Amino acid sequence: MADVALRKVVKRYDDVEAVRGIDLDIADHEFIVLVGPSGCGKSTTLRMIAGLEDISDGDIMIGGDVVNDVPPKDRDIAMVFQNYALYPHMTVAENMSFGLRLKHYPKAEIKARVTEAARLLDITDLIDRKPKQLSGGQRQRVAMGRAIVRNPKVFLFDEPLSNLDAKLRVQMRIEIKKVHQKVRTTTVYVTHDQVEAMTLADRVVVMNKGRIEQIGTPNELYHKPATRFVAGFIGSPAMNFIPCRLEEVGGTLQIRLTDRIAFPLPPARAARYNGLPRTDRLLLGIRPEHLTEAHAHLAPGVETFDTVLDVTEPMGMETLVYFGLDGTPVCGRVDPNAGAADGAPMRLAMDLNNMHLLNEETGVVL
Amino acid sequence: MADVVVEQGRLARTASPRKKSTSLRNVLGRKSTVAFFLTLPLILLIAMLVLYPAFYSLYLATLNKAMTKFVGLGNFTFLFKRETFWMVVKQSCIFAITAVIFKALIGFIVAHFVHNIPGKKQRKWRGMLLVPWVIPPAMSTLAWLWLFDPSYSAFNYTLSFFGVGPIPWLGDTFWARFSVILVNVWYGAPFFLIMYLAALKSVPDQLYEAASIDGANWWQKIWHITLPMMRNIIAITTLFSLIVTFANFDIVRILTSGGPLDTTHLFATWAFQVGIQSSDIPLGACVSLFMVPILAVAAIFILRDVNKRGNEA
Repeated sequence: MADVALRKVVKRYDDVEAVRGIDLDIADHEFIVLVGPSGCGKSTTLRMIAGLEDISDGDIMIGGDVVNDVPPKDRDIAMVFQNYALYPHMTVAENMSFGLRLKHYPKAEIKARVTEAARLLDITDLIDRKPKQLSGGQRQRVAMGRAIVRNPKVFLFDEPLSNLDAKLRVQMRIEIKKVHQKVRTTTVYVTHDQVEAMTLADRVVVMNKGRIEQIGTPNELYHKPATRFVAGFIGSPAMNFIPCRLEEVGGTLQIRLTDRIAFPLPPARAARYNGLPRTDRLLLGIRPEHLTEAHAHLAPGVETFDTVLDVTEPMGMETLVYFGLDGTPVCGRVDPNAGAADGAPMRLAMDLNNMHLLNEETGVVL
Repeated sequence: MADVVVEQGRLARTASPRKKSTSLRNVLGRKSTVAFFLTLPLILLIAMLVLYPAFYSLYLATLNKAMTKFVGLGNFTFLFKRETFWMVVKQSCIFAITAVIFKALIGFIVAHFVHNIPGKKQRKWRGMLLVPWVIPPAMSTLAWLWLFDPSYSAFNYTLSFFGVGPIPWLGDTFWARFSVILVNVWYGAPFFLIMYLAALKSVPDQLYEAASIDGANWWQKIWHITLPMMRNIIAITTLFSLIVTFANFDIVRILTSGGPLDTTHLFATWAFQVGIQSSDIPLGACVSLFMVPILAVAAIFILRDVNKRGNEA
């Protein structure tokens, strides 16, 4: 087991800079998830840690040693690939023991390790099968088994659940978390699925256009996003961004969303935003769960407004409601019994205690 | 009531022919029937061009030299007693096995080099390396014949600078055998190259990456990943090439005509010499028929392995 550090790591392909000088410290035993949209450089970063891609600039350290020029086989890492990369001509046991056989481990030890990993992953019955005879989920377990038996310093996962159906993905997510709780190996996990990132990670690294946007625990990223990209990327449905401006009316700071909708800010928020220039073009960031049906008794900082719903999406435990505010599409989450219907008027409540204010130009959360 | 009975009877009478025509239509509509009719022209062509000559040569092999009398297996027993026949068997095996091994080896090695050449350059190299295969062998073998000329050839001229030679390329048993095998390898290696290159391209890169991470060096990747993944292609290519090489005619005919002293004869060239040049067509047919069981055994073994692997993969 070891810590991993990236120092100003750059990856260039001819004129294109895929990774633009990222710095990252991954602690021993930590489960870190790199998340971001396609082409953000997360897989390239993982492959550079694995040694499958050369780095153009910077340093990568595993266990304190710079491994820039160390080939993958000498980095003591194990990787689980998106399409599993199981050797089709080998049985499950042969696949899992391949790395150990290459290193001439004693047969008894190989057998013991494979048996233990198979037991851990509940694939003992499949040990003599070929990959073709396995389902997607079983193949994924074998790929993980192949990584576990080697007892490496670092596990690398490259979108391992992308090829599974939604139900199996949830199941495997839990399996991966359980395995990590047992083996505690430092893990770097790449995904484009923010739900996977939030549920698995000790810390999440959100990447965009080859740069790190924000590093933090899942809760930090959700509740205290640093940028519009992070705020919009984390959470489903995504955070609403509504153009707004700050006004001071009678000594009270208020936020104006449309000509007829303006809310006074709660004292804590007012104190935070008081120094902002009133002329800035701002965005109100509010998550759908903070836009709910209006109740008779409103908590401090919760303001109501009337709107006409465009579309409703009943989800069972909640109903998503979509409406417009001066042409900006907005999503809210209401109780399924709140009477929301397509085209119907509804009184909604906005919890301004959980609002975010963003600079529209820079995208920075203020 | 009576009306109904009449109606039913009429219905019953008309139902029978309709049933027949429906079942005929069902048979004609079956995919297998359509496939059979679509391939029928080819089946007939094969029957005419392959089966008829095959059975005719079987018939010829049972006649006497003048083709006037049935001699049964007489020609076969006669061949078994001739030393030249056993020499031809040995030479054909040496020629085919040695040439196929070298073609496969060279094809495999060059395919790896070409596979690692980036994009556009690879296309050029692929084209150039295929040249020996696309030139008609009769033509290219003539060029080789001049290269092997004992007095004026480029080979002996070049070797003379190193104090070697002159080598009797086609006049000495060892060198003549070496030369015909060399030309066959030169001609046939590009076929292996192109087949192996296609097979290499179908091996997912991630398997090599997984192997790299598992600790495999380049040789272990070839041994544990490339070769098992290419196994079927290697088997089929080898079988195909073995058949073609075993039945080779033009290279030996042009380079050595089977000489010196019949020591480079293969089944096809010896069958030609015995059957056409010596006017003993039944014996020639008999010689050529010996290729069938030898190749059939090889085909059965290799295809059985391919089938087994195909079911596993």
